Amino acid sequence: MPQRELAGEAPPARPHLHALPGGEDGGRDDKSREGHVLVDMPERTDPEDPLRAGLRAAVGDPTRADRQPGGGKPGRGRALWAAAWPKLAALALALTVWELVVLSGWRPEYVLPGPGAVLARLWTDLLAGDIGVAAAITMKRALLGYAIALVAGVGLGLMLARVKVLRTAAGSLLTGLQTMPSVAWFPLAILLFQLSEAAILAVVVLGAAPSIAIGLLTSTDQVPPLLVRAGKVMGARGLSLYRHIIIPAALPGFVAGLKQGWAFAWRSLMAGELLVIIGHAPSIGVRLQFSRELSDAEGLLAWMLVVMLLGVLVDGLVFGALERKIREGRGLTAEHA
Amino acid sequence: MSAALPHVPLSVLSPSPAPVALRLDGVTKRHGAGGDAVVALDTMSFAVKKGEFVCVVGASGCGKSTMLNLVAGLDTPSAGEVVVAGGRPALMFQESALFPWLSVEENVAFPLQMQGLSRKARAARVSELLQLVHLEKFARRRPHELSGGMKQRVALARALAQQAELLLMDEPFAALDAMMRDHLHSELEALWQKTGLTVVFVTHNVREAVRLGDRVLLLSSRPGRLVAEYQVDLDRPRRIESPEVARLARTITDRLLEAARAAA
Repeated sequence: MPQRELAGEAPPARPHLHALPGGEDGGRDDKSREGHVLVDMPERTDPEDPLRAGLRAAVGDPTRADRQPGGGKPGRGRALWAAAWPKLAALALALTVWELVVLSGWRPEYVLPGPGAVLARLWTDLLAGDIGVAAAITMKRALLGYAIALVAGVGLGLMLARVKVLRTAAGSLLTGLQTMPSVAWFPLAILLFQLSEAAILAVVVLGAAPSIAIGLLTSTDQVPPLLVRAGKVMGARGLSLYRHIIIPAALPGFVAGLKQGWAFAWRSLMAGELLVIIGHAPSIGVRLQFSRELSDAEGLLAWMLVVMLLGVLVDGLVFGALERKIREGRGLTAEHA
Repeated sequence: MSAALPHVPLSVLSPSPAPVALRLDGVTKRHGAGGDAVVALDTMSFAVKKGEFVCVVGASGCGKSTMLNLVAGLDTPSAGEVVVAGGRPALMFQESALFPWLSVEENVAFPLQMQGLSRKARAARVSELLQLVHLEKFARRRPHELSGGMKQRVALARALAQQAELLLMDEPFAALDAMMRDHLHSELEALWQKTGLTVVFVTHNVREAVRLGDRVLLLSSRPGRLVAEYQVDLDRPRRIESPEVARLARTITDRLLEAARAAA
């Protein structure tokens, strides 16, 4: 491959040739003039050391040249489309499969309605405000439960990370809690709190907190010792070592734990709302249960879609965005993607 | 600032009472305990004068990193005494060890923040330091956007920010290509001359040691012992390719091989 570069006919390598006589910023200026700007990642117009730029120009560097897609200035719309079309295609495929199963006559339509009817029902329920009301009730529970789990999980995780004895004592217990299906807590929760909000909340917290604590624990374990050493040498000790080095270094893993905690909270909540029916609060779970009791298959599927959509929305908009921001800031965007 | 010297260490060649920046006195370090204990450093004694540039060379397993850890205060000796004048030394590693969640300027500001400097005072000092390593245009970049050589320059600026009188360097240029290393040798030398820092530079590259050091200490392996030291009386700036550097490097390498044979 280097031979191709030495032959001189590789246009993407040219900015580095220009950078040879220039100053520190020579490489960058030339790149933007020639339109070699990565639109979705403007921060990564790789700065070049003048010396290194000269070296590259002399030797030719195929890896860098190949990383820069040549020419064109795709706008924001195009980037959005590039991100959206695979998702839309997958959605279309899923709907098609669903429709085909319905058309095959495997089950009568009053038991398994097609996507058309269900989406129409979703739309009317949305317009009628039912979905808004139910989603508000459910999301309020989810957020409250998650907030409590966050505080409990972080507190627990930090304690176990700091105190070795506690960790030896309670570490495996925590893993046990995490692997325990949260539905299994409900009989006890109902005994303790009756059919109440508290019963649901308790199980949501029990579902989410261990994941958050374990996420914190493993992510602090994986902090590179070199960074800790560097921090200590510069005078960070005790609590300030945690605040300035260990917690920021552990952030990517911690956010992964938060995300998993959310998934568990959401599942526990759905289970809870199906088991603990509180009549005057028409939550999503209550609506699901009523649909089943009324043999309203259309409604049932429509409400299931609501559950799925809300899950995807929170995951993508909150945790996905958070993860992306952290990863991009640290240059952890996957090269293989 | 430094503790009173009970005696003049053997390794100080000139008996003149130049202020000492670092002194190791019969320092021994054992890893592990009992019969399994491994002696990493064996009764090592030497002193480094204030403003001196001392290079430490030795084969792998000579306890170079152990010694730096002891001097940096990250570890305590099993026996003997380490005396550092002028507070906590700064330490630079083979990898830059920059914090990936901070920008270049925030990284350089970190030791200042730990010292409790105000935001304003930090900003002024940081831009001064970045100018010193010629990276002022990259203040807002993140470490992952920099090349290896630039990262080490940021790490150097961060180490200088500590305002320590003693700078410890643990094979800081080992991971760089030869051309970049040459370039950074010159930058480091210029900085050292400008600031009057005391530098202890650990390397396994004998030529690099001769290129940079006022003095080269040679350690043997397993256990790490001081076996010889060489005064480098060559004019600065030196070139790593120059015959004078090569000649002394050859002498030292021969001695190093001899020590290795003796150990085997």
